[in-house]
Amino acid sequence: MEINVLLFGQLSESIGKSSLKLTGISTTDELKIRLQQQFPGLEKMTYSIAVNKQIIQKNTPLNSGDEVALLPPFSGG
Amino acid sequence: MNEINRHQRQLQLSGFGKECQDKLAVAKILVIGAGGLGCPALHYLAGAGVGTLGIVDFDTISITNLHRQILFSTDDVGKSKVLVAAQKLKAINPEVEIKTYSTQLTNLNALEILKNYDLIIDSTDNYSTRYLVNDACVLLEKPLIYGAVIRFEGQVGVFNIEENSLKTNYRDLFPNPPNPDSAFSCNDMGVLGVLPGIIGTWQASEVIKIIAGIGTPLVNKILTLNLLENAAFEFEITKNNEFQPNIPKNKADFLKFNYEWFCDKNYQNVISLEAFDQIRKNQKCTIIDVREPNETPIITEFEALNLPLSRFRESISKMDFTNTVVLLCQSGQRSIKALELLKKQQPSIEAFSLKGGIIEWKTHSKSNYHEQSQT
Repeated sequence: MEINVLLFGQLSESIGKSSLKLTGISTTDELKIRLQQQFPGLEKMTYSIAVNKQIIQKNTPLNSGDEVALLPPFSGG
Repeated sequence: MNEINRHQRQLQLSGFGKECQDKLAVAKILVIGAGGLGCPALHYLAGAGVGTLGIVDFDTISITNLHRQILFSTDDVGKSKVLVAAQKLKAINPEVEIKTYSTQLTNLNALEILKNYDLIIDSTDNYSTRYLVNDACVLLEKPLIYGAVIRFEGQVGVFNIEENSLKTNYRDLFPNPPNPDSAFSCNDMGVLGVLPGIIGTWQASEVIKIIAGIGTPLVNKILTLNLLENAAFEFEITKNNEFQPNIPKNKADFLKFNYEWFCDKNYQNVISLEAFDQIRKNQKCTIIDVREPNETPIITEFEALNLPLSRFRESISKMDFTNTVVLLCQSGQRSIKALELLKKQQPSIEAFSLKGGIIEWKTHSKSNYHEQSQT
């Protein structure tokens, strides 16, 4: 089962991509663990998670075809 | 009669008209930050005929501001941002009342300043002030139009308006500020003027929609824009009940809350301009400039080793520092990151990051003393 992950700001810069497709992930906590394993710098970064365009506040189950966005804060003005 | 002529194009606009114009004319909007986001927002809101515009900024105009801070011209360099902005806005629309606050917004003055306005625009450039403004708006029950940029991306959203029994704020999206070493400003990372131009204008658009009661304001939403890739995404914000306790619950708590500590809690090795000058005078020290080679202003007042942050880790891997090290950059943010890298490599080193960076040092040294000799 495949999900699409969208990355923004410093996250996409650090990781080097603005989106990735991942398989075999069934919750947002699992997603964080998988991404941190692949991209160790991610652990120190602050970001919010949205599933299908809705910000989630706790561990959320994921289904095939879901779109998950990782949103870091921006401070520039 | 003059007023009707000035706003004719809005009055004749189907879906807007006199009713909406009259609502704008009694609205009081506070813009916090007269920079890249604040300038376009102020410009368009003055043009649109908002009743009162308040502007908060303690800064003076630099030449590097002009590409994006569109209220300012070359002749204005060195002058107060709020005073010049007020002059320009009055020239655009003399009927708008302009109030200026040439001050740093803190928890001691925020409630007093914000309470007089209907809507608040966050056009600031640092997390401390963003959290402070957000919390003040929650306490005062003021809608907050949020906007922020980095490199080629921006975010914009509307907080603190109830819709469908939901009222979210900045802390529902980002409950805690990030580590200081990831908090970069436009001065550090660079930016194209068009980006804050678009986001600041979008913030003004949200203000107009809310006051006039038209369209769909971004209430409980965040819109992200990527200028390079032409991508826009809209996200719904949900309530974060777990972290709400971090927000001051009343005026007394707000006055005691230390926003600087909250954001910069790990950085005891950040030194003041005075401490830096003392170190240079009294100790053998190695000064490292972590800016990219083409950044200005150039340092001529003392010797500094240029090790750009982009290659810092590799550069220092072959080095061993015996003196005290002071790291600096443009405004004091990247040098914190470099400090962390240096400490990782050489844990016992005595090393500091210069608060405010070379920009503040240059201003400070110009006004304070003449350089006699180099260490």
